[in-house]
Amino acid sequence: MLSQNIRFAVFGNLSFSALPFYSVIATIAASMVVLGAIACIVVITRAKAWTYLWKEWFTSVDHKRVGIMYVIVALIMLLRAAIEAILMRVHQATAFQQQGILPPEHFAQLFTTHGTIMIFFMAMPFLIGLFNLIMPLQIGARDVSFPVMNSVSLGMTIGGSVLMMISLVLGKFSTGGWSGYPPYTELAFSNDMGVDYWIWALTLSSLSTTMTGINFAATIYKKRCEGMTLMAMPLFTWTCLCTSILMIFAMPAITLATALLALDRYADMHFFTNGMGGNMMNYINMFWLFGHPEVYILVLPAFGVFSETIATFSGKTLYGYTSLIYATMVIAVLSFTVWLHHFFTMGQDANVNAIFGIATMLIGIPTGVKIYDWLLTMFRGEIRLTVPMLYAIGFMILFTIGGCAGIVLANPGVDYQVHNTLFLVAHFHNVIIPGTLFGMLSGYHYWFPKAFGFRLSETWGRRACLCWIAGFVLAFFPLYALGLLGMPRRTAEYFDPAYRPWTLIAAVGALIIAAALACLVIQLVVSIRDRAQQAVPIGDPWDGRTLEWSIAAPPPEYNFAVLPTVHGRDAFLDAKHDGSAYRAPEHYEDIVLPKNAAIGPVICVAGGAAGFALTWHIWWLAIVGVATMFAALIVRSFNRDTERVIPAAEVRETEEAWLRLAHSLPPRDRNAELSIENEGLATVAAE
Amino acid sequence: MSAQDAKERAHDARVYQVGLVLALVLSAVPFGAVALGLLPASGLLWMIAICAIVQILVHFRCFLHIDLSSNHRHDLQLILFSVCIVILMAGGTLWVIGNQRAMMM
Amino acid sequence: MSGQVKQHPGLNLHREDAETRDQTEEVLFGFWVFLMSDLVLFSLLFATYGTMLHSMAGGPGPKQLFDIRNAGIETVALLLSTFSFGQASLAMKYDDAPGRVQTWLLVTLGLGLVFLGYEIYDFVDMIGKGGPPSRSGYLSSFFALVGTHGLHVTCGCVWIIVMIAQVRMFGLDTLVKTRLLRLGLFWHFLDVMWVGIFSVVYLQGLVG
Repeated sequence: MLSQNIRFAVFGNLSFSALPFYSVIATIAASMVVLGAIACIVVITRAKAWTYLWKEWFTSVDHKRVGIMYVIVALIMLLRAAIEAILMRVHQATAFQQQGILPPEHFAQLFTTHGTIMIFFMAMPFLIGLFNLIMPLQIGARDVSFPVMNSVSLGMTIGGSVLMMISLVLGKFSTGGWSGYPPYTELAFSNDMGVDYWIWALTLSSLSTTMTGINFAATIYKKRCEGMTLMAMPLFTWTCLCTSILMIFAMPAITLATALLALDRYADMHFFTNGMGGNMMNYINMFWLFGHPEVYILVLPAFGVFSETIATFSGKTLYGYTSLIYATMVIAVLSFTVWLHHFFTMGQDANVNAIFGIATMLIGIPTGVKIYDWLLTMFRGEIRLTVPMLYAIGFMILFTIGGCAGIVLANPGVDYQVHNTLFLVAHFHNVIIPGTLFGMLSGYHYWFPKAFGFRLSETWGRRACLCWIAGFVLAFFPLYALGLLGMPRRTAEYFDPAYRPWTLIAAVGALIIAAALACLVIQLVVSIRDRAQQAVPIGDPWDGRTLEWSIAAPPPEYNFAVLPTVHGRDAFLDAKHDGSAYRAPEHYEDIVLPKNAAIGPVICVAGGAAGFALTWHIWWLAIVGVATMFAALIVRSFNRDTERVIPAAEVRETEEAWLRLAHSLPPRDRNAELSIENEGLATVAAE
Repeated sequence: MSAQDAKERAHDARVYQVGLVLALVLSAVPFGAVALGLLPASGLLWMIAICAIVQILVHFRCFLHIDLSSNHRHDLQLILFSVCIVILMAGGTLWVIGNQRAMMM
Repeated sequence: MSGQVKQHPGLNLHREDAETRDQTEEVLFGFWVFLMSDLVLFSLLFATYGTMLHSMAGGPGPKQLFDIRNAGIETVALLLSTFSFGQASLAMKYDDAPGRVQTWLLVTLGLGLVFLGYEIYDFVDMIGKGGPPSRSGYLSSFFALVGTHGLHVTCGCVWIIVMIAQVRMFGLDTLVKTRLLRLGLFWHFLDVMWVGIFSVVYLQGLVG
């Protein structure tokens, strides 16, 4: 008895039975995580890279490095969650009148982790990473408003991601779906650590994202360079602003919903329980108060990316700039007025449903405006079908189909028929994959040379893009049919032979998506191998139009030797035309930058530990973790030595070396941009 | 301290004093009315609501120093937008959940 | 008033160089954005409380549990603390007197602790009367809403202690001043939330 008490005091509910031997696939997955982690540690140790990583990356507050680390997290999590998706598709293809390849319990964990990761630990880190990397460059700033807070945000996102990965190895994850509806997720029905993993991973992510939203909004409002009025900002920055506003106002709802669920589970409260006055519908209400704006947090950045890539690769000014901005703002505001369409069937009266149905359909209007604007940007443009542009074209066609499915679903009457069927799954994948994911991959391909100084392999990029589009169509269009046939989502086993052909086609599609992932990995490896031929040191490989292309690739840590002054939209294109690009400034000045800070990694570890401890009821560790987070903040506030100066001479040296190179290289025509001749200096073409 | 500064200081101090007095009065009135049961229930609720809204405005003006001057435009826009969102979210919650309750009763 | 541009009180911004002023405005704007995000959190707690008004589950309600005297004392303590923080801001802006700033911060801290003391006393009293948070959905939402405000005040108190230490260590330099300015916004904002709480929770509960 005593030894049991001591064991609980030290390890909480954690014991050897937490190891995942309940399913072969779970054991393999856990082994892969453990071996992968060990392999990383070994490789880094043998390369003696720990000091370098700590000094140059983990503690860095440079927005570009923070952004790159966000994208790395997103790509790793993308691999995991996509493998889970493929497993689920294969499972459903094999689950006709028998148990598929997975036990039902494990299948339920997979659809929960897949959704949670794809939303919170893939899509959001990816878009936040791209914003971090590019937005300050586009507005001509040295960094974001609060660089240290930026590093803390990254730390908390990584803490949450690590918690997700640990859940593969120790214990089980929630089986309640990514939305975690009570009362199923209450203690009465889910009396294990799974839901707690989900709650704390989400809490870390939502707090981190709130801070990011605050940071970006302040940056865009207060850090724009001279002449960069709001109506001169590039579209990507505009979508960053609108996304930030959504983050600021929508994330508290999920923070609160999960916190109240935690109070129910840990403190015996009754917010969402069956009895004692609980009201689970309020959870669903709050979840979607967050969840619907979240949809636009995911897709607006993609709209921003496509606005940039379509204009660049059509060689034309963006058509309808103003209308695109108003459409973005209208979407952002309307997104707060439609959350009820996620629970039309929950029992409010028909008039309420009608109002929210109409509000939902209204969102189709500004979105349609955008599609037309992009089409008209391409119209009579000199279109170059590069990888980012291929994604954009795939997006426009597929997203429109998904959006139309959304208009159909916005009818409460139709929704009653297909609610909770695979039709819904088809719809939201149809907007999120061609929207968010294609957008992020398009941006990844477009801005990779800016971040690292060399282009990604075009060949493998095309293969990946083709596989994504084909795989997506095959994997998800059958789900519309399955939904109309009445197959419920998250079905572990079914008995209707009519479903069979469609689930098989979908599984084939999933395998093609696996090939797309493989192409992405190969692309990265091949590009790193060939980085010398693919190098674009001057920094403008695509004949870009906005400020981020006006500096070297990779950019110097201070971004701009002298903060730029702009006179309108497409600032860098104008500069190339009037000859003011690639000119040395009249004089150089010392540049003050924030020093590296250890608080980001500290909060990453402390927050992750606290989440893990709360999950397993290891109370001492939870207290230590939370106390460490607060202590780190307080200690940091006493630190006065937070800035460092880059002397003007050093800036001059860096800049002049780059300018000499720029003046010595021949400019290349747009049509040669995919050849190894492209060194990042574009011919100035007549508009 | 220059005469100019002294004048400004006196002005700023007066703003805080006025704020405190107004806040205390606007709290004391509803507290007193409820404690003594001076009005019928619906009247009391209206009074509580009005006093609360006025007091919140007083706090914003006197303590948080938000006014209509142009150099506070950003802050003011932000607050007004936030109020809109709060009305949508909190009001929407009360409406939706209240409607469900009514339908189930 | 003079013809000068009105600035946030607490910083003699018109005497600072333009760069410092811009940085301060940026920091303050960021903090306002945070406050508005916090406002959404509170508003949803209020809304949850509103939806739970009838979820007594046979347990005690406001009339059995609330003590108007406690709520009144808490209100007065918090209002006075907001005023005393205002005095600290004035001392910082015009007098450049670290000692006086610290004194007023101490007064504010004391009043904040009085508030917290009474709130805890009130909670214990309610639990003693058979109204712990686990008794009903209504009581869960009450403790979540009022407790969240209490946690914010606790954080504010810790922050005040940190700032007293920083004024002592660093004097009233720009960094300390902007932090005091943000602390002030936080403290006054919590007061606004309390106005909502005593109106919506305590007074409405005792009437309705």
